[in-house]
Amino acid sequence: MLDTLIQGLLLGGLYALFALGLSLMFGVMRLTNTAQGDFIVLAAFAAIALAPLVGSQSVPAVVLLLPVAFGFGYALQRWVLNGTLGRDPLPSLVVTFGLSIVIQNGLLELFSADPRSLDSAGFNTRSVALGEGVAVGALPLAIFGTALLCTVALQALFDRTAIGRAFRAVSDDREIAELMGLDANRIYALATAIAFIVIALAGSLQAMRTTVAPSDGPLLLLFAFEAVIIGGMGSFWGTFAGAMVLGLAQQIGFRLDPGWGIWFGHLVFLAVLVVRPQGLFPRTRG
Amino acid sequence: MTTSPALQVVRGTQASRAALVVGIVLVLVAASMPLWAESSWMREFVEIACYFVFAMMWNLLAGYGGMVSIGQQAFFGLGGYGMLMLGNLAGVNPFVAIPIAALATALVALPVSWVAFRLQGGYFAIGTWVIAEVFRLSFANLSIVGGGSGTSLTALRGIERATRESLTFWIALACVVAAIAGVYLFLRSKLGLALLAIRDNEVAAESQGIHVRRIKLAVYVTCAFGAGLAGALYFVGNLRISPDAAFSVNWTAFAIFMVVIGGIGRIEGPIVGALIFWALNKFFSDYGTWYLMGLGAMAIGVTIFFKQGLWGWLQQRHGWSLFPTTRRLELSNEDSHAQHR
Repeated sequence: MLDTLIQGLLLGGLYALFALGLSLMFGVMRLTNTAQGDFIVLAAFAAIALAPLVGSQSVPAVVLLLPVAFGFGYALQRWVLNGTLGRDPLPSLVVTFGLSIVIQNGLLELFSADPRSLDSAGFNTRSVALGEGVAVGALPLAIFGTALLCTVALQALFDRTAIGRAFRAVSDDREIAELMGLDANRIYALATAIAFIVIALAGSLQAMRTTVAPSDGPLLLLFAFEAVIIGGMGSFWGTFAGAMVLGLAQQIGFRLDPGWGIWFGHLVFLAVLVVRPQGLFPRTRG
Repeated sequence: MTTSPALQVVRGTQASRAALVVGIVLVLVAASMPLWAESSWMREFVEIACYFVFAMMWNLLAGYGGMVSIGQQAFFGLGGYGMLMLGNLAGVNPFVAIPIAALATALVALPVSWVAFRLQGGYFAIGTWVIAEVFRLSFANLSIVGGGSGTSLTALRGIERATRESLTFWIALACVVAAIAGVYLFLRSKLGLALLAIRDNEVAAESQGIHVRRIKLAVYVTCAFGAGLAGALYFVGNLRISPDAAFSVNWTAFAIFMVVIGGIGRIEGPIVGALIFWALNKFFSDYGTWYLMGLGAMAIGVTIFFKQGLWGWLQQRHGWSLFPTTRRLELSNEDSHAQHR
């Protein structure tokens, strides 16, 4: 029982990393990124491809990947996605959905359908003892820690810094913010760039923890989305908590019957939607 | 105030009257196909007809109803499985089961809408996708229809192949005609006008006494019916069903492609889109991943640079309208001087 609980929370940590980017992009520019999962998979493959260049070590590969992801996210938002924003959600949905198909098939062409993973030099099999008789994997614990760190950092960035104030301003009212001298297009690009840092971390850690295949994206998107909605919009802590709920629900489902774990997670999501459509911990900005 | 005799409210255009005649001739020619055409042509027609009817419903839902969904494959799959279960388990003739399965799908859409309507905009899109996944996983765990690996439509065993193919073809043709005529007449009706008002401005429409929620629900359920019809028909033609095929997100992806390329929010859009999709599929589908990448890139390009789609562009340039739903005010020539009063 305790084991299921801990495993669920650790899985939730991974889902929080999947979800934070989605939450950030929706929060700042009301953009629903349907390619979120595919970008995570793309980042995973990018880390796998970079690893041989830096002596097949995973940590330098991830460090190398982060600035690349930042630049990629900035450029994507600045020159592609900004043109799709507006009152009508259709253009951004079609464009990100199109990107999702392009990424999936591009990765299939480059890397074939075989699942791959990022070699972590045995770190993924190490474990840490927590008190008497309870041991957890070192890597899942590191993932959980990274998720916690990202949540704290993003929330602090939003609440306490000038960039965060700009994010909140363009989110509340783009036109007024622009009258005050903010360049919304550049702020949006910066938000996506930061989201891609988290996406790069999520993809690399997913590839260390297990294997990734080009077709994995949509499922990761659905997990990320469920975490955001369960948590409630408007705060990163809400997303983090939502991811914990989803991780626990899936882990309990897996314990009951391995075939129904993900299904059970979906059901918990739908139940939250029916009972509390605003999410469990909403703090909507503006 | 009386209406001046010189003014006239018109809807039809010369092109629309010509389109009606050409359309009727095409349908009559097509209806005789089982007498002279090869069976591979008819199979191809049935397949593209399913894609088309499904795209038509997606266009009605997203282009007119403003509800962008990535989860319409839920209803496609439900229609397919409904037909199969009625045929294999309840002994209903599969051809009779097609409309029953579509009706059952529409019934399921009622409780589904109750959950889905709690989300808006982009989140509605992904929420409906989750719901479709729930159906896929549920059927994958249902051993009575073969679980994850699916099952075959054994109920058609006693029917001769030629009869089966002709009948499937005629039903597909009827579905295509019904989809076009149904959407067209709906949009020209009072309810259709209300729907267009909602799309243009929901708050203003509500203030004019339109029951926004009720009309959106009606459109959602109607589109579920249409998607269920397409699904049931597809798997009568295909004879084999599996959860991954029936509830694949590709159904919606292809529908989005057709509608966006042809022009969203116009009836001609899915028709033009389906023809383009059929042609691309015929000549390029052997290229596999490159072909799909091309489709995705095309959808992105059209959305960014060519928002109205192909038909929207033609309509703007030449004023073509084969299925006019808007009313125009025209002056009759002989006494046009009278209109200055």
